[in-house]
Amino acid sequence: MLLIPCPYCGDRPEIEFRGGGEAHIARPRDPQAIDDQAWAEFLFYRTNPKGLMAERWNHAHGCQRWFNALRDTVSDRILESYRMGEKPAGGGSL
Amino acid sequence: MRRFSLKSLISEAFNAHQGWERQWRTPEPKAAYDAVIVGGGGHGLATAYYLAKEHGLTNIAVIEKGWLGGGNTGRNTTIIRSNYLYEESEAIYEHAMKLWAGLSQELNYNVMYSQRGVLMLAHNSHDVQSFKRHVYANRLAGIDNEWLTPDEAKEFCPPLNISPDLRYPIVGAALQRRGGVARHDAVAWGYARGADAMGVDIIQNCEVTGFRRDAGGAIAGVETSKGFIATKRVGVVAAGHTSVVMARAGLRMPLESFPLQALVSEPVKPAFPCVVMSNAVHAYISQSDKGELVIGAGTDQYISYSQQGGLHIPIHTLDAICELFPQFSRMRMLRSWGGIVDVTPDRSPIIGKTPIPGLYVNCGWGTGGFKATPGSGNVFAWTIAKGEPHPINAPFTLDRFRTGRLIDEAAAAAVAH
Repeated sequence: MLLIPCPYCGDRPEIEFRGGGEAHIARPRDPQAIDDQAWAEFLFYRTNPKGLMAERWNHAHGCQRWFNALRDTVSDRILESYRMGEKPAGGGSL
Repeated sequence: MRRFSLKSLISEAFNAHQGWERQWRTPEPKAAYDAVIVGGGGHGLATAYYLAKEHGLTNIAVIEKGWLGGGNTGRNTTIIRSNYLYEESEAIYEHAMKLWAGLSQELNYNVMYSQRGVLMLAHNSHDVQSFKRHVYANRLAGIDNEWLTPDEAKEFCPPLNISPDLRYPIVGAALQRRGGVARHDAVAWGYARGADAMGVDIIQNCEVTGFRRDAGGAIAGVETSKGFIATKRVGVVAAGHTSVVMARAGLRMPLESFPLQALVSEPVKPAFPCVVMSNAVHAYISQSDKGELVIGAGTDQYISYSQQGGLHIPIHTLDAICELFPQFSRMRMLRSWGGIVDVTPDRSPIIGKTPIPGLYVNCGWGTGGFKATPGSGNVFAWTIAKGEPHPINAPFTLDRFRTGRLIDEAAAAAVAH
């Protein structure tokens, strides 16, 4: 079980959280202006990296707030967590 | 290839079993092949087998990063059934089911296919409605599936606790009698042996590191850890690592990879006659011919390639199993492991062409790929050989996520995902 650092509550066990998948997926600003493939990519296509990943978590049984975390999908180690709208400190281009 | 028979068994018995040959060769890759299959699991080896047997394509190679059947083929809970809801899914899983029935004879290799029945438990009125819908849909498609009362379920599976005092009492069950289990390793080994005998090169410990394209953008070959291999046709069958391999061809996929856990108990005498699964409380259990209880747990809620998973996931499953089968409450669990499953948004596989000419993909089997192994390999071989999909895999395109023709089988698995 992961120990997840909620930026609001601190370290909490994974069972308090709900995973939200890949982070930083922006909804197209004008859906009417893009084609079906671009819309499909927004809805369904994911990076699914083997390595560093930015993902969303919801502290469902705690503060109930959403935040982002950087995790290595090979070791499952969480490098850092950060609030919505913020950039990861060491995340480079993420 | 020396055939297995009573005669060969008896003669080797008098020869202290010294005369058995290796089941497949360990060749170095050639400079070029007519087709290359990336991934030496059950689906990849079956693809190579049917390419050679049904389409005469014998100058082909299977490239495997690790060892044969060392991925999900060696990590699953070996359940076989075809009671899916939609016609497209019924067609492909039933195609596999028919091939399973004759597979040991076809391969001259005992895959230990055992039609002991798969029982799916209903615990509430929603389950009843959903499973009866499956039963009727299956019957319309000519697939056996029947509805049992709790007493009939108990008669079919005597260890089952049908007490009304259960936290989630059993109110009925759907039974597919032709469903069952097979020996997962034997499936990979049998296909490998059969393919090798027809000239297919099986190259282990060889990772695909990149794809080379010609001036027109079509596939010209694969870069591997054992050097460049020229080929115009590549079939990627890499299960949980499909996204990783396809990224090397510059393609993003509608896939997410999660660890799916399984565990086995200490071996005991035959105590459990069938396969039982429950979506609602998440139990998934059968007994192997070796005597172990084979238990399927859930997926983690986050993407991971760790082949491990959190301990709270199997504990949740064991809670349900101890409630449903109190006789197992003091069994010791011997080992647990995780396989990486590639899950699509509609929980149905993707089998077919990609936007890159010459590059084919068979992926997205999620938590239930083992049961499809022969059918999947069979239609994927057709697709690669003819350059167009077999009628059975025609609906399972990558393009369905653009057109919206999804095949939503999210309710078909007993795994919450």
